[in-house]
Amino acid sequence: MQAQGLFLIMAQVSVFRAGPRTLSANESLDLGIRVVPRIIRPLLCMQQGTFFVYSTRTPIIEMTRKEDTMKAKVDQIREQALAQIKDCDTIEKLNEIRVSILGKKGELTEVLKSMKDVAPEDRPKVGQWVNETRTEIETVLEEAKTRMEKAVREAKMRAEVIDVTLPAKKAEIGHRHPNTIALEEVERIFVGMGYEVVEGPEVEKDYYNFEALNIPADHPAKDEQDTFYINGDILLRTQTSGVQVHEMEKGKLPIRMIAPGRVFRADEVDATHSPSFHQIEGLVIDKNITFADLKGTLAEFAKEMFGEDTRVKFRPHHFPFTEPSAEMDVSCFKCGGKGCRFCKGEGWIEILGCGMVHPHVLEMSHIDPEEYTGFAFGVGLERIALLKYEIDDMRLLYENDIRFLKQF
Amino acid sequence: MNTALSWIKAYVPELACTDQEYCDAMTLTGTKVEGYERKDKNLEKIVVGQIVSIEKHPDADKLIVCQVSIGSETIQIVTGAPNVKVGDKVPVVLDGGKVAGGHDGGPLPEEGIRIKAGKLRGIPSNGMMCSIEELGSDRNMYPEAPEMGIYIFPEDVEVGADAVELLGMHDTVFEYEITSNRVDCYSILGIAREAAATFRKPFVAPVVKATGNDEDVNDYISVEVKDTDLCPRYCARVCKNIKIGPSPKWMQRRLAASGIRPINNLVDITNYVMEEYGQPMHAFDLDTIAGKKIIVQRAKDGDEFQTLDGQIRRMDSDVLMICDAEKQIGIAGIMGGENSKITDEVKTVLFEAATFNGANIRKSAKRVGLRTDASGKFEKGLDPRNAEAAINRACQLIEELGCGEVVGGMVDVKVPLKELTVLPFEPEKYNQLLGTDVSKEEMLQIFERLEIGTIANSCGDICLEIPSFRQDLLGRADIAEEVARFYGYDKIPTTLPSGEATTGKLPHKLRIEKKARDIAEYCGFSQGMSYSFESPKVFDKLLIPADDVLRQTVTISNPLGEDFSIMRTLSLNGMLNSLATNYNRRNKNVKLYELGNIYLPKELPVTDYVDERMQFTLGFYGDGDFFTLKGVLEEFFDCVGMSAKKEYDPAAGKPFLHPGRQALVKYEGETIGFLGEVHPQVLDNYNIGTRAYVAVLDMPKVLPFTTFDRKYEGIAKFPAVSRDISMVVPKDILVGQIEHIIEQRGGKLLESCELFDIYEGSQIKEGFKSVAYSITFRAKDRTLEESDVAGAMKKILNGLEQLGIELRA
Repeated sequence: MQAQGLFLIMAQVSVFRAGPRTLSANESLDLGIRVVPRIIRPLLCMQQGTFFVYSTRTPIIEMTRKEDTMKAKVDQIREQALAQIKDCDTIEKLNEIRVSILGKKGELTEVLKSMKDVAPEDRPKVGQWVNETRTEIETVLEEAKTRMEKAVREAKMRAEVIDVTLPAKKAEIGHRHPNTIALEEVERIFVGMGYEVVEGPEVEKDYYNFEALNIPADHPAKDEQDTFYINGDILLRTQTSGVQVHEMEKGKLPIRMIAPGRVFRADEVDATHSPSFHQIEGLVIDKNITFADLKGTLAEFAKEMFGEDTRVKFRPHHFPFTEPSAEMDVSCFKCGGKGCRFCKGEGWIEILGCGMVHPHVLEMSHIDPEEYTGFAFGVGLERIALLKYEIDDMRLLYENDIRFLKQF
Repeated sequence: MNTALSWIKAYVPELACTDQEYCDAMTLTGTKVEGYERKDKNLEKIVVGQIVSIEKHPDADKLIVCQVSIGSETIQIVTGAPNVKVGDKVPVVLDGGKVAGGHDGGPLPEEGIRIKAGKLRGIPSNGMMCSIEELGSDRNMYPEAPEMGIYIFPEDVEVGADAVELLGMHDTVFEYEITSNRVDCYSILGIAREAAATFRKPFVAPVVKATGNDEDVNDYISVEVKDTDLCPRYCARVCKNIKIGPSPKWMQRRLAASGIRPINNLVDITNYVMEEYGQPMHAFDLDTIAGKKIIVQRAKDGDEFQTLDGQIRRMDSDVLMICDAEKQIGIAGIMGGENSKITDEVKTVLFEAATFNGANIRKSAKRVGLRTDASGKFEKGLDPRNAEAAINRACQLIEELGCGEVVGGMVDVKVPLKELTVLPFEPEKYNQLLGTDVSKEEMLQIFERLEIGTIANSCGDICLEIPSFRQDLLGRADIAEEVARFYGYDKIPTTLPSGEATTGKLPHKLRIEKKARDIAEYCGFSQGMSYSFESPKVFDKLLIPADDVLRQTVTISNPLGEDFSIMRTLSLNGMLNSLATNYNRRNKNVKLYELGNIYLPKELPVTDYVDERMQFTLGFYGDGDFFTLKGVLEEFFDCVGMSAKKEYDPAAGKPFLHPGRQALVKYEGETIGFLGEVHPQVLDNYNIGTRAYVAVLDMPKVLPFTTFDRKYEGIAKFPAVSRDISMVVPKDILVGQIEHIIEQRGGKLLESCELFDIYEGSQIKEGFKSVAYSITFRAKDRTLEESDVAGAMKKILNGLEQLGIELRA
């Protein structure tokens, strides 16, 4: 058993030597230090156990003189090694000690080499002492090394202290336009409710912008909206509502859609007006859609958009393409409804227009109003962005001053 | 629309609520109150005082000392007012009271002005006598007030009475936003009806009694309407023996509260009826009307006409005119003529109350360039029945106010009046549309309050008879809205749509645009937005040749100005303007991107939809160069699954870019965009004093190549073999050409090639540059042998030599 153990150790060591290429002395030593304790230690323990049983049964007096000499020699090597290790203060010196004792020509290795002088029956015993000593020295060496490495690392880290309050190194990522932030928020909410996001043309036909929305040629609403015309029939859309008509004409029901986009009105540029701004149109068409559904949907939207505590108020209003129509106010998300400068002391902020799709509008798009009903709404994107981010001048949205954009 | 609450209350006498309650309740039933203002704001402790005696101030020439009786006591007031005399009854603000403004009539201070007892030049003064300006108004609204000095009450007022009350100032003026469908609410009676329905109080319409002597109006005037399409009804009545004078105070007060200046009894009556009934009226001096005849007909193109404001205006054949037997005397529905206007000498008045075609009036007002109170009402399309009611009301007021004598009868020229609309009563349908459960009875009560009649049709079903003033009620949805308004929008439940589930989604195009935003921002670019329209001068700034197709634009026929007159055909102007703005403001390292459309006409003139192309535009100045921008594009391509080789063709031919630093971006043979350094001349044109770089991707071209599909291709298991080559290359050969050779000739085993050094300088001969590549080969299924690589390398090197490239040792 012991012999087998010893053989295993030797065999293991020989594996290092018989590797695919010749290892340098340092390398093999390194491997020896690292590998032996981890891989062979269980075997060694087994040997020690055996040895313990064996040694109690065998009186020491029975040893030969040669054995005594050997024992003394090994003990001396051990004492000397332990003392050297204790006094050692660098990893380099520690390696020297290892080589001088455990190396190929080391003192302990020499002892093994002189085994031939020992009586064959005593060789296991002597081998055992040597191995035991070797293990002990290796363990102490390893401990010392770990200790020293730790000390070295700590010293290094002490020297590497940094001032954590120095400025950060940022990747300098860009910033999204506040309009887009608000838009993506609206899109997220409605996509979550099963709405598809669709687009429509910005240069639009009169029919889709007005007539199909129940705004015939002489309707005053056409004046109110100060339309930019390309010619008599083609115009820049004044509202995203035309996308409703395009969507209905596709003939696919039910419809749940939102249509964000740029719209144009002939307003001079000032702090609250822009000739170009953005709207988000919403449309739901299905069987049994009610005004109550409109209220519920938009109340849900308001909570998601402006906070869980947001209350909504619907006021009767008029749009040519919806009936009944309403405007929706939300409780002021700055003051919670107590009244502040944002809501002009009213506690409410007007957010959107909405209503049940006018039966005539459904008919014009070939949808039977007796079978289908629906609701529509339109939100001004800039209005939300200005209110939500407390931007006091609409012109800032189109100046693209980086100091403005960086705040979002 | 502004009205005094007191006027509303005249027709809803039981109305009792605070201003705020009124405001909230009316808004919730659809008559939105935009705001309101109390007329007695900051008027406190102001009573009628009578001046008992006046003495000179001992120490001041311009001051007098008055003893003023305020009923319970007599107080001493020192004043500098020039117009008071003993016995005058005046408004007196007592010690501790407040007035609204100063005597100069300037802007009213928010908190008013507190009046305290004090001494003026040593003489105690225990109050102040007030001018109309100090009471917060002016002579326009109180024409009886003196030009300078203290307001003086009529002799019959009671000393000690509430002066503010006597001036009709305990009142509130509400401002409404009336929606365009509610023509009837552009009148006091319309709003009063809504108020009555809202507060469930009775509506008491003014009682208009028959007027007129036993003469016949037809002996005074005849009316002929030639263009009945533009004038469905024309009512005319005559009043004689007109006595012009001031109208009574109550009428003046009501007009003043509505923002209308009292003039004289005749003018005030027409204005009063216009406010009350929403029906504009016109008064002609009958003696100026030739042939005792009114003819209503279109003008002739090029006619000129002088309106009563003295302006000469040019007409065309779409403008409807009121004429007499010889001449034009008024523009129908807009303004009367100078030649027939009422003067103080008027003896006989012809009243006109007509209904005109709203759309025509709106157009004519625009054409003539004159939008009046009257045209503003006519253009909404008035109820023909209202014309008759209004003219009779006016005649009644003429009589009541002693303004003249009404001639019997009315000339009434009209197309047959439309019958009242009758709609079926469909309570279930209303509830179905609203998602409510309102009872039939409640609905009928609501209709009754709105004066919607219920009649039975031939089958005995209940039908709704819509009053003529509610021209907006045409169908079921309109009636459902009436139910909803007075049932209460707030009481309608909140539910979510039931029915078939739908998939919420963002289409591929928008997902790619979102990815573009993400990548641009990761790379340090912030999102800008610029206008879709710009100036045609932009093309010159960008050095676009005169005959370039980019100059063919979609042009706005009615732009805000030339600077906003064409739809952009390229996206760079907005970007360069934004960079310029930042540069001028000394912002450093500015990186911007924009996602916005350009608009290319498919044909000119435009007859159909135009080609709207989404452009992903990047621009920056500061840290970085051409290759920084190229890197952003490539990051984007990687993230949208465009993994094939991108070609950069330096022959981009963009006039606005540096000729040696520009490239078309090509993908699978298709040009998908361009990038480059901005031409120095263009930088000058935009006042950008530093190098700037721009890139534009034409998203419709990019989209077909994009995908979010990904497939795992495994991680290489076998080792790669690399070969480094160093070359001396003629300067004009692009590394792109070298890479092209390597890729073409490297064979299946070629994994990648990487430029690791490029150098021009002293050690390299003139006209050449040194270029070094690391070329990597790998097989998926085995470790490569030397011989595998050697063959591929040989082919590559042969190819390179053909370009005139020498291999360096």
